[in-house]
Amino acid sequence: MHSPTTVENIEKSWPDTIHAQFRRVGVRQVGYVPDAGHSRLITLCKNDPQIADVVLTTEEEGVGLVAGAALGGQRAALLMQSSGVGNCINMFSLLRNCGFGCILLVTMRGEFGEFNPWQVPMGSITEDVLRLSGFLAYRIDSADDVDDIVGAGCDMAFDGNLQDAILLSQRLIGRKQWTK
Amino acid sequence: MLDRRDFVRQILIDRGDLLVVPGLGSATYDVAAAGDHPLNFYLWGAMGGTAMIALGLALAQPGRRVVAIPGDGDLLMGIGSLATIGVKQPKNLVVVVLDNAHYGETGMQPSHTHAGIDFAAVALGCRFKAARTVSRIEEAAEVRKLLHSGEGPILINAKISAEDTPRVLPLRDGHAIKQRFIEALSPA
Repeated sequence: MHSPTTVENIEKSWPDTIHAQFRRVGVRQVGYVPDAGHSRLITLCKNDPQIADVVLTTEEEGVGLVAGAALGGQRAALLMQSSGVGNCINMFSLLRNCGFGCILLVTMRGEFGEFNPWQVPMGSITEDVLRLSGFLAYRIDSADDVDDIVGAGCDMAFDGNLQDAILLSQRLIGRKQWTK
Repeated sequence: MLDRRDFVRQILIDRGDLLVVPGLGSATYDVAAAGDHPLNFYLWGAMGGTAMIALGLALAQPGRRVVAIPGDGDLLMGIGSLATIGVKQPKNLVVVVLDNAHYGETGMQPSHTHAGIDFAAVALGCRFKAARTVSRIEEAAEVRKLLHSGEGPILINAKISAEDTPRVLPLRDGHAIKQRFIEALSPA
């Protein structure tokens, strides 16, 4: 087995803020497909004994996970890239039909500074797709807004049984370094 | 080949604390026909999601036994979830796939299992603790025992006949199904 990745020696940043919000509201399951933008948050969740991290083969599995966790009395959050939103559309109907609260943390591709045009068709419609699927969508461009908006999103999902998505913009995450 | 109604009824006899997630279509009708229960989370949609809902539930309730009952079309659509379950190794989860090798809701078109695709082999490849194919009703008692005490994750591939069965329609309002389940599960 691999030894757990350490995060202590890396400067704290917005993923730590999201993780702190997960702790505040008692998130116990986190579903994700591996993603560069979410890598630090994924590591923080994997190292957190309070959180079961569930690596998915495709994002719509995570929608089922959220519903099952809620049936069992636990709170679950989903991390995905904007392309993953497209994989979930039909499965999102489960959330709406049953009123399962859900928070998605979506790292954006296909926008500011994108070098890969193949990311653009999905990235450019992600927010609209989420709204059409019944989600409230909030966009974050600055690390200063992460605590407030993610905190509000968590409360709306878990206290209000609403479906909301936090779009973490490519300006926030930083452009993908392709030349290294 | 198993009669689906007989088989599902027999594995759910004296079900005790079992939490049951049947997949959309005939699986939901079969579980309803075996006896309505507040700890059934009937699905009427979300095709491909049955096993994952059961995984979220099994992780949240490690002290309870959880049974997913998808049809073959449902499990094929979410086949990757077997790999996801294999990573997490939930000891309290059993997947019973009702495999008639056809898409019953849409006009009995043959499914991939009709061409020999083998769920039990896939499950073993996904690190399930045990996987077996059953086709005789005499095996139902042993399957029932696995639901209650087998070390998971376990997959049972139940070869059922493709004959049409009368529809038994349980609750269809998702909010009501959810709320009833949560209230039955939470301590009074």
